[in-house]
Order: sequence, then C-alpha cells, then structure tokens
Amino acid sequence: MTQKILEIDNIKREFRMGTEVVRALKGINFTVTAGEFVTIMGSSGSGKTTLLNILGCLDKPTSGTYILDGTNVGNQSRNDLAKVRNLKIGFVFQAYNLLPRTSALENVELPLFYNKAINTHQRRERAIRALEAVKLAERLDHTPSQLSGGQQQRVAIARALVNEPVMILADEATGNLDTRTSYEIMALMQELNQQGKTIVFVTHEPDIAAFSSRTIMLRDGRVQKDYFNENVRSAKEALAALPVSDDY
Amino acid sequence: MSIFNLIRLALLALQRNKLRAFLTMLGIIIGVAAVIAMVAIGQGSKESIQSQLGNMGSNMITIMPASNVAGGARLEGSSVQTLTVSDVDALKKRATLLSAVSPVSSSRGQSISGALNWPTQLQGGNTDYFDIRKLTLQDGILYSESDVASAAKVCILGKTVVDNLFPSGENPIGKVIRFNKIPLQVIGTLAPKGVSSFGQDQDDIIVAPYTTIQKRVLATIYLQNILASAVSEDASEEAVNQITSILRETHRLRPTDENNFQVRTMAELIKTLSSTSSLLTVLLTAIAGISLVIGGIGIMNIMYVSVTERTREIGLRMSIGARGIDILLQFLVEAIIISITGGLIGVVLGITTSEVITLALGWPTLVSRSSIILSFMVCALTGVFFGYYPAQKASRLDPIEALRYE
Repeated sequence: MTQKILEIDNIKREFRMGTEVVRALKGINFTVTAGEFVTIMGSSGSGKTTLLNILGCLDKPTSGTYILDGTNVGNQSRNDLAKVRNLKIGFVFQAYNLLPRTSALENVELPLFYNKAINTHQRRERAIRALEAVKLAERLDHTPSQLSGGQQQRVAIARALVNEPVMILADEATGNLDTRTSYEIMALMQELNQQGKTIVFVTHEPDIAAFSSRTIMLRDGRVQKDYFNENVRSAKEALAALPVSDDY
Repeated sequence: MSIFNLIRLALLALQRNKLRAFLTMLGIIIGVAAVIAMVAIGQGSKESIQSQLGNMGSNMITIMPASNVAGGARLEGSSVQTLTVSDVDALKKRATLLSAVSPVSSSRGQSISGALNWPTQLQGGNTDYFDIRKLTLQDGILYSESDVASAAKVCILGKTVVDNLFPSGENPIGKVIRFNKIPLQVIGTLAPKGVSSFGQDQDDIIVAPYTTIQKRVLATIYLQNILASAVSEDASEEAVNQITSILRETHRLRPTDENNFQVRTMAELIKTLSSTSSLLTVLLTAIAGISLVIGGIGIMNIMYVSVTERTREIGLRMSIGARGIDILLQFLVEAIIISITGGLIGVVLGITTSEVITLALGWPTLVSRSSIILSFMVCALTGVFFGYYPAQKASRLDPIEALRYE
C-alpha cells in the first residue's frame, strides 16, 4: 500500500500589503505518496516559493488543509512546527546554507542537536553515516570553504538526511551549480529516491524536472499541469553523455 | 537542547571570531579588574589605618583635664590641673568597663648620658601603662609596684633615645642617665614601634614610674592625664559614659556645671579616619562600576551585530527544527560565556594589579573576597541582562525572511 506523505487540499495564501491583498496561492490541490520524486516548476511569481514555504512548515496557509505524514500542520503552534521541521522535513537550499568555519561533520550534526531523542554518540554515528551516503566520508573535517560547490551541496543533502525525514524538500538545489555538478546532485537525488525517500524538488529548469517521476507546474497561484513523467531520464547516463571537453 | 550542547555551540561560535570575542570581553575584564583593584586599594588603606591605630591601643581611652573657667576667662586644658590620683583610684574601683587604668604624668626635657644628650619626652605611668599603650620590652625588666610606690629612680628607654644616647651600641641597661638633673637608672629598653600614622616617632620616649616624675621632676600632685583601657573596642563608648559619671561625682560637679575633664577614645579616632577611606572606597568602586556597565553595553552591541550577521544561520537553524527558545538560549549562553570568561580573567587581573600596586608603589592593598564575589556576580548578571535583548531579537526572526537575508 502506498502511504500518502503530502495531502494538499485547496490551499490559499494571501498577503496583506497595506490596503492591497496579494493572492499568491489561489487554491492548490495535490497529494504526494511515499517514494515519489516530484518537481514543482513554475516561472517567477507563480507562487512556487510561497508553496515551498508552506510545504516546509515555515509558513501557514490562509485557508485550506495541509496534512504532512498524517499530521495536520495547519493547527500547530510555532514550537510544534519547529518539531515537525526537525523530524519530518529535510531542507536543501540553493545557497547550501552551511555554517561557515564549521566542519562538514558538525554541519551535518546540526539538526540532531534539536532532536532530544538523540545522544552525543548516536549523533556522531548518524552524521558520519549520512556523509557516507553522499560519498563524502573522507571530508568529515573539511570546512565549507575547503569544499567545492557540489561538495557543499552534498554536505547540505547529508544534513537533510541525517534526521531520517519523511520528505526531502529542495529549493533550487542545483541553481548555483554548473551542468555537470547539477547532474551529479540529481544522480544522488535519484539514488536516494530509489532507496525510498520522497523528494519534492522546486526548480525552474525543465531539464532538471526531466529527472523526476512527476512534475507539478504552477502558474499564477494555481496548478497548471500535474503529470507523471513517462520516461524518467537517468542522471547517471546524462552525466556519462556529457562531452569530456566540458570538463575543465 | 541540553546545557552541555548549548555551551559547546556557543564556544564554537565564539571560536569563529576569537579576536572579536576577546575585544568584547575586554570591557568586562577591565571593569571587573578595576572594581577589584579599586576596592583593594580602599580596603587596604582603611586596614592600614586601623592596624596602625590599633597598634597604639585600639581600646585606649584618654582622660584629659578640660578648659575651666577662672575669673570669667576660659583656661586652656593643658594648664588646668583637675585630675588626681584619687580619680584613678575611683575609676579602678567603680568603672566596670575598664580593664586597666593608669595615671600619666609627663615632662619634656633633656636626657643626658656622659657627653651625649637628647631632647625627649619623659612619660610616667603605673605598671598597667605598658599594657594600655601596647608597649613591649625589648630587653631588661619593667618597673614594679614597689618602684611606683617609692618613686624609684628607674627608667625604660625607647629605641630613638637609645640610639642617640648610646650610639656605639653598648648595652644601656644598668647605666645611669640623667633627665634634666635627675639621675635615672636604665632597667629596660622598649621594642621599637615606628612612626605613628600622625608622623610622630613613637620610640622617642623614656618611661618611668609616674610618681618619680610627679615628685622628682615636676613636684606636683596633679596628673597630666589618665589613660584607661576599655574591656573591648566596642565597649569604648559605654565606658566613656561610665568614666564621665564617676569623674563628675568625684569632682563634685553640679548638674549645671560643665565637665572639667574630657574623655577621648581611640575607637572614635579610628572611626573618623576610616570613614574617610570608606568614602574613598565608595567613590573608586562607583567609577569602576561604571566601567563594568560600559563593558556590558559593549557586549550588547556586539551581540546585536552578531545577530544581524548571523541572520541566515538563525533562519537555517529554525528551518531544521530550532525553536525560538533554542535560538534565544544559544545567544544568551554566548553572552553569558563572554561575560563570565571576562569576569574570571578580570578577577585574576584585578588581584594581580593589586599585588603590583603594593609592590611598585608601596600602597597597602587588601583584596576582599566580597569584592571578588560581588563583581563576578554583577558581570554574570550583566551578561544575562545585556545579552537578553539581542537574543530575544534573534529568537523572534521570521525563518522565511531570515533564510533570504542578504
């Protein structure tokens, strides 16, 4: 049986700017089941970021219900939302958002500090395992300034994985990377997805969306298109197909 | 998040900006060190005044003849003769708060030994005199009760007198010196006491039985003054009242008459002198306290800068599950660590400074435990107080805006 991870029902979000009301989301509906790799696409101003903030429990919808892994997020307090973010969501940002002058290992450990169930020993062990999963086992002690962009993003992915969330939420995670490194990151995402992780990936690049199993197109605060990708591109193959001359 | 993790996190954050953390601390370091050193100077001078006066006998009470009216003119106290040996006897018998009483008779004059002479003060008392004045023998013996009774021609020399009359270092004991024209046999020498806090040489003295001075030098039945010792420093004040009522009785004064004697205590003098240095301590501490507050404002300033600078970090922490309280505690603990570390360094520096002041300038200093505890507590509180507002600001940030902050 496939478990529903996200249930979005008629979500609306309005911002009040002085006397004007800006309606960023005008009623969004979709559900995501466990193990899906969803990309949310849309041009600038389509409500992508607003939706992402709501999905990430950083913001609450004006109306509509959002059920994440069986929990109705809409009626949670600020502190409860922090807990939901900690346990159920792994964020990956465009700008990596690693702590400067802090080792990769300590960066990955960070979410576990806010999880009371984890002790010091488990924290270290899980952080090392997460870094191994993103193939950075030899770089535990490197600080962000000693890592390339792709490596930094992999540390960020490890940080998202470390608390074993039900969903990884990526916000333009390849936006700051070149094509080759983007493909490497997407290959990693596909691998994690094959291991059963649910991934929601926000992007505006169509060739990145081609790696996902499903694409939701937003336009003007509404879902314009929601389709399953018939032939998912393999990021590994795409990587192999890249001309060697690109690699300098 | 556990307190251990909070401290670890805070230390990591401070480590990332060591110089800034140190400079922030510097305000607190200087503030605490200043408080401790200033209080040490104040306390030290107070302590040294007290010990010098205590050296003269902190329980000592002096009874002097007071101005009297003779034919409408007020006469100077020292020229008045009102105190007699019977007053001493009355005090000995009836004053319960006095542990010792001695009549005092004194005369300035020239002491002579062989070809050498020296102007000095001849002081006389009974056998309690040494006890009251806290004089101790260096060598020889004290005069006895029977010496006092018989007005024996014996004396005990202070160090300055010994140095001047016997400069070659021979033992003065057993020698006969003359005071004015009276020959006195030296039976002992006094241990040196040094210069008093009033600049008086306490060793420039010859002590003899008061009867000797009364009968052989001054030829009078009156006393220059009476020295007494209260049972304790605290009892001094009560003892003064007792003495006054006894002497008014023995002098047969009517209730409307003024006292024809005056009573002074050393405790009174100590209080007057220490109050000056207490005031000094308060002033110095106030100035030092201000520098502590400025140090606190420094912490607040840097914490605000730090919160602004780390807005993205705060946003990130919130997005991965930090609650407002977690962020608040993180910044608060950072501020407290800065202030407490600064406080500890300040305490060490303050104590060192006090030592250096004593060594280099010769000023007496006394580092009191209360000043250490107090200034340390104040700086810990400073950390909480001035760290709270920036920390609260951090905890109230909106994670969405914080994440997008450039």
